[in-house]
Amino acid sequence: MEQEELSRTVQELQERLDKLESKNSRLTMVLFSGDFDKVMAAFIIANGALAMGKEVTMFVTFWGLDAIKKPEMGTAGKNALEKMVTLMRPKGPAKLPTSKMNFGGIGPRLFQYMMGKKNVEPLSSLIDMAREFGLKVIACQMSMDVMGIKKEDLIDGIETGGVAAFLSESYGSNTTLFI
Amino acid sequence: METKKLNFKGMTCPMPIMKTAIELKKAASGDVFEVVSDDAGFEPDVKAWCKETGNILASVTKSGSEITAVITKK
Repeated sequence: MEQEELSRTVQELQERLDKLESKNSRLTMVLFSGDFDKVMAAFIIANGALAMGKEVTMFVTFWGLDAIKKPEMGTAGKNALEKMVTLMRPKGPAKLPTSKMNFGGIGPRLFQYMMGKKNVEPLSSLIDMAREFGLKVIACQMSMDVMGIKKEDLIDGIETGGVAAFLSESYGSNTTLFI
Repeated sequence: METKKLNFKGMTCPMPIMKTAIELKKAASGDVFEVVSDDAGFEPDVKAWCKETGNILASVTKSGSEITAVITKK
């Protein structure tokens, strides 16, 4: 009887340990910003974690969606306001503004030039690399609906979800970042 | 065992760590790598990366702007 209880306790402890270890190997991120500099930081961190063998989930919402739009995203099938938002927002990593010193769009070019001089990997290739490493991207369905963004307007191979999907990922990882 | 040399000079964060991860992923346990980088952040980065991944960092040496890390795959 005592033996049975002991082995049950050991099993329980093992399960708790597995859960903790699994948490330690995961990172959850919220990409809210669509600013070039912040998106850059998000993908550098994501890549670093992936290189450390962690599982990384990025929940992309609101302006962050600009970073994962296909450049060829069109306005077909959208209402007047959705069309306006589609036309006014940048499409894809190459078009993002910087949060400081944007200078009407010259800023990002300036920073891209300076980063190129220092051999910093371009944002688009950081995004591609993270995805090759298995980055899981969840696009916020509600933000997409508000701005009339369809799943086909965003890069392929991503999931869509809501707050519960994000929270479930977050509770299962011991680090969550909001950028 | 032969030491494999990896030259990641000219690359900046996060690329030296990314490339190290890619190369070590392909290797067998016990393989030894000599990784060279001139990114000033590489020393703390490679230490942290090895600590997190469990790969063994045998040494980190600096010569001018060049940082050389010797890593044994876990």
